[in-house]
Parts: sequence; C-alpha cells; structure tokens
Amino acid sequence: MSKPIVEVRNLTKQFGDFTAVDNISFDIHEGEILGLLGPNGAGKTTTIHMLLGLITPTAGTIHMFGLDLAQHRERILQQVNFSSTYISMPYSLTVEENLKVIARLYSLQNIQQRIDDIIENLEMGDIQHKLTRKLSSGQMSRLTLAKALMTEPKVLFLDEPTASLDPDIVNKIKAFLKEYQRNAGLSILYTSHNMREMEEMSNRIIFLQHGHIVAEGTSNEIVQRYGQRDLEEVFLKLAREPKTQ
Amino acid sequence: MNLGRIGGLLSRHMYLYKRSFARMLEIFYWPFLDLVVWGFITIYLKEAGVSLHGAVAFFLGALILWDVLFRSQQGVAVSFLEEMWSRNLMNLFASPLTVGEYLASTMIMSILKVTAVASLMMVIAWMLYSYDMLKIGLSLLPFILNLVLSGWIIGVLTTSIIMRFGQQAEVLAWGMVFLFQPISCVFYPLEVLPPILQSIAWIIPPAHIFEGMRAVLVDGVTPINHILWATGLNLFFFVVIVSWFYHTFNICKNKGMLVRVGE
Repeated sequence: MSKPIVEVRNLTKQFGDFTAVDNISFDIHEGEILGLLGPNGAGKTTTIHMLLGLITPTAGTIHMFGLDLAQHRERILQQVNFSSTYISMPYSLTVEENLKVIARLYSLQNIQQRIDDIIENLEMGDIQHKLTRKLSSGQMSRLTLAKALMTEPKVLFLDEPTASLDPDIVNKIKAFLKEYQRNAGLSILYTSHNMREMEEMSNRIIFLQHGHIVAEGTSNEIVQRYGQRDLEEVFLKLAREPKTQ
Repeated sequence: MNLGRIGGLLSRHMYLYKRSFARMLEIFYWPFLDLVVWGFITIYLKEAGVSLHGAVAFFLGALILWDVLFRSQQGVAVSFLEEMWSRNLMNLFASPLTVGEYLASTMIMSILKVTAVASLMMVIAWMLYSYDMLKIGLSLLPFILNLVLSGWIIGVLTTSIIMRFGQQAEVLAWGMVFLFQPISCVFYPLEVLPPILQSIAWIIPPAHIFEGMRAVLVDGVTPINHILWATGLNLFFFVVIVSWFYHTFNICKNKGMLVRVGE
C-alpha cells in the first residue's frame, strides 16, 4: 500500500460538555478515496473542518505530507482544497471572477488558462460570466467543485458534494471526479449519506457514530462483518444503536 | 506576507464594488450630504455674525477629517461583513491566506475608500464653499495618517467583536466609531469637555489628532506634541488590538465559530 498522505492520530474535539469527535485515528493514502460515513451529528463535518484548520482540535494531531498542520498551515493548505454542497461563494461576483480570486489566494500561475480548462472540464461554459447569485444549486455545486479542483490539490475534502442535486448532475459529477482522481492521483476524503454512492466512490470506508470510529474497511468487509445485505442496512443498524459511554 | 494573496482579496472587493450601485452610493452619498449640511451651517454662522475664528476651516476641515477616520474604520469592518454576508470566510481561511494577510487587505481597502471619499469631499468643498484644503499643505499629512491608523484600530476592534458575537453585533460596523466621536472633539475644542471626559480624551489618539488639526487649520502652526502623542498612542493601541484580534480568531477557531459566523 502507498504511504499515508494524511495521518490523523487521536483526534478529539469537544465543544463544552459535548464531544463531537472522540479520539479518532485514520490515514488517507496517496491516490485513495476514503469514505467518511455516519448519521447527522456523527462528527464528519467537524473532522473535515479540523483537517482544513478551521477548527482547532481539543487533542490529537493532524499530519499531511509529513507536516504537522498546527505548525505548517500555509504549506499544507496550498496543496489541499475542499468542496461541499453547503458552502457558498460571493453572490455578487461572476463565476469567472470567483475563480480568479481563488486562483490568486492559492498563488496559481497561468490563471486564465486554468480557469478555461476547469470551465471546459466541468461543462460550465454557459455560466462562466453569470453572476453567482443566479446559479442553480447544481451549477453552484459545480462552481465549488471547480474552485477546489482548479488549484490542483493533492488532497481533496468533499463534504456531501452531491447532496440535494438531481441524479443527472450527480452522475456527471461522480464520473468526472472518478476520472480526475485516477488521472491526478488525488487523495480524497468523501462524505455522503448516499450508500450506493459511497460504495461506488470509496476504496475504503470509515463509519463514524457519536464521534467514534465504529467500523473501518472496504464496503464488502463492513457488510460481511455486520452480517447485513448491504451498506445501507449496516448504516441503519449502526445509526440506531444507542450511545454507549 | 504574500502580496499575491492580498491582491486576490482586494480584487474580490473591486469586483463587488464595480457592479454594486448601493455600495458606491454608500461611499459617496453620505459624505456629500454631510458636506452640504455643514457647509450651510458654516455660511449661516458667518452671516449671523457669530465670531468663530476660521469657521470654514473649523467645520469643513473637521468634517473631512472625521470622514477619513470613519471610512478608514469602515473599510476594515465592512470588508469583514462582506465576507460574513456571503459566507465566504470558510473559503478564505481554508486557503493558505494568513490572518495577517487578511487584515492587510482590509487595511488597504480602507485606504482606497478614504482616498475616494476625501478626494470627493475636498473637490465639493472647493466647488461649493471655495474651501481649498490642499492649501494647508504637508502639515496635515501626519494627522491624516494618524487618523487612518486610528480608523484601522477601531475597525479591527469592531471586526473582532463581530467575529466573536456574529450578526447581532454587525451594527457596530457603522456605530462603533461614533462611540469615540464625543471625546474625539471633532467639532469643538477639548476644553469644552467636563474634566473627567478630558482625562479620557487625552488617552485616545483622535482627540490629539483633532486638537492638533485645529491648530494647523485655524492657527497655521504644527503642534509636534500632539503628533507625537497621537502616533505613540496609535502604535500602542494598534499592537494591542491586532494581538486581541489574533486572540479572538483563535477563540473562534476553538469554539468552531469561524465556520458558523454569518449563519
């Protein structure tokens, strides 16, 4: 197996008395898509926010590319990006303007060429000069994906990138992501509530519940371990288990 | 400091302003109206025979310089609000952008706003009231620079409060600076304040700036002591408030508020 590009050790986040993420450890390997699965409030998004340096962990360490995130934030984030259905971009700017700003924040070279390429790859030519406030939710998802991929990250965090999108767009985004990931050797941490999508996209899955890792392995391994028919049944079984102290 | 990233953030605001009539209006409309109203008051006082040495310079000059402080503060605080309103803080702080670069971009933004507003006000004052502020020359420069610095300090303080307490505190972006107006002695000399307020006024830089400015505008002398006090206090407060901003930023990251601010 390739070397880990992301190493998370004993990561914990407490908000007052509430423990959102409880002592989790995992690796993401080079070129791997790791699925992060769990019910609402399991700690998926908090984990991603800690990996992005937006939330400070209460305990534990995050290393990427062999560097400690707490000490090498700039160098690490230069090679990392994220996308989510739930994030937004400035509404009063056009799609192209938003991408230009992001390109400058990541100190990219040949900005216009990169924008043209990503616009073409994600079939966004028709909305390139459209104001962001006029985009549909599907177009907005493509924009946030474009801003993430344009920077050519080595690690990509995708927090429910296809939530609330119609099946046609979901299909296109998944196909594009798979191809891009194969070609670029990108490592991805992927969260989704869609079990089929998770099985389809991920090489390996971590199941989070109440901030703990309760299962880890390939989709088949997890299904077999819990004696269920598919990942959805495993999800339902685990998600309905009461919290144990 | 990465100048490219600072430029990136500035370009984001330029794109915003170039197609926002409301934002452009906000920059020019209120300063224009202020100047018209205070100009007529000045004319009225002169015609009523009120003896006030250098009345035009006193009020119009003070008004223009007050706007330097106000716009400088707004440039910093409103830039943060723009990011909060568009829920863009996650995109910014999940990028390699540093807190220092973020603050630098808002400060440059405030200089651009101050330059636009002050230039417009000087032109209008000259056209409507034949008041040429540029005649005063370089003596005013240290005061203007100190006012910009004071505006940054109030702006960074305001931003840190908004970041900590969210949208319910956003009114401070417009209101905070007015908290300092009575003791800044913008339109009247410091000696009219009650003794207790005079003591407080002496420890805030704008009071020294406006006292010194009156000496320049009305008496034509450059009071070095006021410049030194204003500069010293400004540098002290700048270090304290920027450190406070970093501290608040870390608290927000600890409490997970950075990803929720604006929601």
